[in-house]
Amino acid sequence: MVFNFTAFTYIVALIGDAFLIFFAIFHVIAFDELKTDYKNPIDQCNSLNPLVLPEYLLHIFLNLLFLVCGEWFSLAINIPLIAYHIWRYKTRPVMSGPGLYDPTTVLKTDTLSRNMREGWIKLAVYLISFFYYIYGMVYSLIST
Amino acid sequence: MSAYNQNFVPPAAAPANGNQGSSLVNGLPGAVPHQQPPPQAAAAQQYLQQKAQPQLQQQQFQQPPVPYPGSSNNSSQPPPLQFNSNIVNKFLPPSSTSANNGAPPPSTLPSHLRPPTANGPTTLTNGSNGANSAHSSRTASPGLMSVPQQGGAPPMPQNTQYAHGAPPPAALPIQPQSVASLTSNMHQMNLNRTNGQPSANTAPTPQQLQQVPPQQQQQHQQPLANPMTGPFMGNKPPNLNPSASRVIGSPPTGGAQPVPVPASGQRIMYGGTPASNDQQNNNLQRAAPPPGAGTAWPPSLPKAAVPGIPHPMQTQPQAQSAPFAPPQQYQYGQAYQQPLHQPPLPQQQQQQPAPPPGMFGAQTSSAPLQYQAQPPPPSMQPQGQHPYAQPQPTSGPPQLGAPVPLNVAQQGFSRLWGQDTIDLMQNRHILSPATLPAPKVVLHNQFHESINCSPSIMRCTVTKIPETNSLLQKSRLPLGIVIHPFRDVNNLPVIQCINIVRCRLCRTYINPFVYFVDSKMWKCNLCYRVNELPEDFQFDPATKTYGDVTRRPEVRSSTIEFIAPSEYMLRPPQPAMYLFLFDVSIIAQQSGYLEAACSVLNRHLDEMPGDARTQVGFICYDSFVHFYSMAEGLNQPHEMTLLDIDEPFLPRPDSLLVNLKECKELVRDLLKLLPKRFAHTHDPGSALGSALQVAFKLMQSSGGRITVFQACLPNKGPGSLEPREDPNNRSAKDVAHLNPATDFYKRFALECSGYQIACDLFLMNQQYSDMATISGISKHSGGCVHHFPLYQKTKQHMVDSFRMCFKRYLTRKIGFEAVMRIRCTRGLQVHTFHGNFFVRSTDLLSLPNVNPDAGYGMQISYEESLTDVKTICFQAALLYTNSEGERRIRVHTVCLPVTSSLPEVMHSADTEAIIGLLSKMAVDRSIASNLSDARDAFINATIDVFNAFKIAQNLPSGQSGQLIAPRSLALMPLYILGLLKHPAFRVGTSTRLDDRVYAMDCMKTLPLDQLMKFVYPELYKIDVLIYHARNSNASTTEEDDEEEPLPEVPRLQLSAEHLDSRSIFLMDCGQLIMLYVGLNVPPDVLEAVLGISSTAELGDYVYGLPHIVSAEYDILQRFLLRLNYDKPYSALVQIIRDTSTAKGQFIERLTDDRSESSLSYYEFLQHIRAQVK
Repeated sequence: MVFNFTAFTYIVALIGDAFLIFFAIFHVIAFDELKTDYKNPIDQCNSLNPLVLPEYLLHIFLNLLFLVCGEWFSLAINIPLIAYHIWRYKTRPVMSGPGLYDPTTVLKTDTLSRNMREGWIKLAVYLISFFYYIYGMVYSLIST
Repeated sequence: MSAYNQNFVPPAAAPANGNQGSSLVNGLPGAVPHQQPPPQAAAAQQYLQQKAQPQLQQQQFQQPPVPYPGSSNNSSQPPPLQFNSNIVNKFLPPSSTSANNGAPPPSTLPSHLRPPTANGPTTLTNGSNGANSAHSSRTASPGLMSVPQQGGAPPMPQNTQYAHGAPPPAALPIQPQSVASLTSNMHQMNLNRTNGQPSANTAPTPQQLQQVPPQQQQQHQQPLANPMTGPFMGNKPPNLNPSASRVIGSPPTGGAQPVPVPASGQRIMYGGTPASNDQQNNNLQRAAPPPGAGTAWPPSLPKAAVPGIPHPMQTQPQAQSAPFAPPQQYQYGQAYQQPLHQPPLPQQQQQQPAPPPGMFGAQTSSAPLQYQAQPPPPSMQPQGQHPYAQPQPTSGPPQLGAPVPLNVAQQGFSRLWGQDTIDLMQNRHILSPATLPAPKVVLHNQFHESINCSPSIMRCTVTKIPETNSLLQKSRLPLGIVIHPFRDVNNLPVIQCINIVRCRLCRTYINPFVYFVDSKMWKCNLCYRVNELPEDFQFDPATKTYGDVTRRPEVRSSTIEFIAPSEYMLRPPQPAMYLFLFDVSIIAQQSGYLEAACSVLNRHLDEMPGDARTQVGFICYDSFVHFYSMAEGLNQPHEMTLLDIDEPFLPRPDSLLVNLKECKELVRDLLKLLPKRFAHTHDPGSALGSALQVAFKLMQSSGGRITVFQACLPNKGPGSLEPREDPNNRSAKDVAHLNPATDFYKRFALECSGYQIACDLFLMNQQYSDMATISGISKHSGGCVHHFPLYQKTKQHMVDSFRMCFKRYLTRKIGFEAVMRIRCTRGLQVHTFHGNFFVRSTDLLSLPNVNPDAGYGMQISYEESLTDVKTICFQAALLYTNSEGERRIRVHTVCLPVTSSLPEVMHSADTEAIIGLLSKMAVDRSIASNLSDARDAFINATIDVFNAFKIAQNLPSGQSGQLIAPRSLALMPLYILGLLKHPAFRVGTSTRLDDRVYAMDCMKTLPLDQLMKFVYPELYKIDVLIYHARNSNASTTEEDDEEEPLPEVPRLQLSAEHLDSRSIFLMDCGQLIMLYVGLNVPPDVLEAVLGISSTAELGDYVYGLPHIVSAEYDILQRFLLRLNYDKPYSALVQIIRDTSTAKGQFIERLTDDRSESSLSYYEFLQHIRAQVK
């Protein structure tokens, strides 16, 4: 039972992942509100857009830690999501500020349902990886 | 022999067209016998063939000398038919005829498939041959095509002529005998049916066999004979058109003078009443068809046939006619001596007997013949024929051979229900003569009498909603509605009540389609909640009686306006606020728009909608922003210039927006001063962004309308832009920069919409101004965009059209602080909105301003299936403040039946609405993805739909020569091709980026009727009008009523094949109407319409009609008035000479024709057909 860098990485990843889960939940709730008419899309986008980049950066930061400590498998399972994030941000609508969501298109049913689905899937991914990180942390603590 | 019947029928049938009632009757019984022989042939094909058939058959029939007893009654068939047929034959390529001879008998054509002469003038004839006429009218939109085709062929010259050109009363050739003949016809018809069947199957009688050879000889001879007509040809090399020649040959007074007198002929034709002509002709024919007379008549046919020109018009080319006529006669005499001598009347009777085998041969060839028989476009005959002829070999045989598993009874029924199909490959001319009416929504018994919302306001892409999403997917049709909610309507019921009855659950307004459980309860038709009726709803304000809720206007009218009580206001109604932003940079000054804008404003200041509180303000901007203070006490407007454009602020809090009533003089002074004030500035900058920001600050408190005039790329301050367009790349395959370069303007618009400010944009650019980016201020704030590319004050027509547009803009109605909500029956939801607005929630549009010229589209998707409902409804409720400060709600409700049958869905499609919706979706696609994706999507959508229809109809898969379309979708390929060649979506043709973006914007925002003209302009040949004018001149004595109805002017498809150097054509493109004047238009027509004596006097670019006092001019004006009736402002008229450099503008819009980079309509069809599996 040694507290090495790998174990530290997993602990950080756990905490970070908890934040990511919150982001995902917020994302889902926000779009559900949009769908059910409670919120003005301009307000909603204004509250969502600032959170997009922090989420992406946090996720990338966790994976950088995995990279540094050589946790290849953990890195591998996250790479698709990183790629998706990068693609997503590259194809965002023309905006001057940070963020992804354009109030004029966010209410299109297609966009709305895609965003909802994205929210749920990400939530699932973060949750699963959360448990995996617990396992990884315990494993790294025990293994040495 | 069904074939015979058909032959016989046409003459009588032709006039009968358009009578549906009769068709029904006839359709069922008639269809069976006729169709039996070759059931395989699709109705459409049959239809085509039929047209051709009559001619051939007639020829053949005439030859048998056996007269029928009682034939005397049927005088309707004119002998001259023979002549025509000969002529037709000449034009046929020998190969095609021979090839076709071997083909199976096409006799199967049901009578209903007859060439419909569209507007059957006489009900009498209908009665007799109702079946034919009715069917023809039902089949697709054959009116146009059929007519032209016949033009080549002589079958029923009289009928066609009357139907189209001649006034109904005069039209009947057989006036005296008509009634009697009708009954006789009826009998014959029956006879035919019974007889027809066996005869077809039986072996040919020797007589028949004998007959064959002569006929064929004739056909072949004719081509040879043509040389004989050499002199004629020589006279008129360009116009080889047979029809034309014939026309020429026939003087209206043919009876009196077999050989037309060239000089006088024209006059007579125009001035003479058709009745007299007809009668003369009739007499001639009956008495003894003199060769001259015969030619005379048929000639008229082609004319009429082409686009329904009155036969008198035909005489125009007299000079040519004279030479031509003699040769014709000569031929005729030789070939047809026998028939000539026959009494014309018996012809029909003769046809009844079993057709000679020869007949069949001839008939088989008929389908191909048809093509050739089609009116060879006068201007391009030699080449024109070729394309037509080409398709025949490929398409002809397959049709006959292809098994079409429609049983006959079914066909009859389907026709009955308007579910007939058309083979597009065979029916090239499918645009029906008049503007196509929107398909009718037929509701189930419960709401049968409820009046649905007018299709001009709200239309769904299908008139029967598929039950489930999977059914919709099978049909491959887009589901959506196009709506024009704030359209100017007459007779709008406006009611004021204390409480507006709405569903408690879904807030639906009560409408004609709700269900009244009892006198106290109603069941919402959208969410099915049962609601209580308030007490006062029992009271009918109109009759002042109690008790009958169904008399309430809300329940009687599906378009209604409520005056809303105060609960519907978030704040007290604000005054109308108008702020004008003028670009005064050097480019703007060079274009000189400011002068026109200010003078129009000055003139119409009083007409701007608004109450006494109305306020106006003006801001000019170049590199700096100039304000004009018109405070009380000033005797002259005070200018203030804001130099700090990066941090714009308001120089003073008040008197920048002033009350119009109080400061009218100052405003007028300012408007007079403005153009001079900046006339000599040379500032190249344009700080649009800053000006918008201060304008926003100015309007923030009350909302209103900002009108922006921009003449160049904004290049100073916030929101400045870089030129993005590469001028060398304007015709590239892929168009870049359709997206905004920055979201500055969009964010601005969103901010505005939050404060109930709308921005309208007038872009008068000289060079690239990045419409894609700037138009964001209108797109997301519910504004509108107008574009005047290359505006120059020296171009008078541009100034005029701008002034008209701006005047309309200033004086039209306006609604402030509007929201529009679209509600759908449970199970459906709005998927995507199209138009200029901001979507505030899933079904709510925020429209800071709403104007009467804005249309919207919505895609609809399924949330759940609709299996347990019979009808669904869409309700659009527009809540707005009118210019008098009254809060109002305009509610439109449309109710549609639900169906579970795929064919029904396909047959109920509304092509125009589909095109409207597809174009909007394509714009989205080209912005989100790219242009070629959008173009592919168009083509794929068409292919998918036809594929789906093939499956729906259980047609065999695999290639065949056919492209079967339901009547409802027959025009889809035509319109899709129009879209593909439209500036918005075309590639390969140089298109300025701004023009393209503007065209796309129009696709999104134009109401459907405007959009259709924008996509597929309406082309008319106005000879009908001129003829009518002259004709009515003569008969004016009896009735001087100004309201005399205009003659029906048939619409032509956009192809150069319809053009004719002797006629004037009118193309209505929405905001521009082009008059295309042929080179050989008779001088007296030119004189009467345009005040010139020869076409050469026209300049290259002529705009506007001169003022001339003549009946022809009056009627043209009235026609223009009618065309302009539904438009926001009357269109600019451009006159284009045949040889002028402006001709390109006209030719460019002929989208049916092939161009360097695009397919012709027929090629496009072939492409589609090849893709349809």
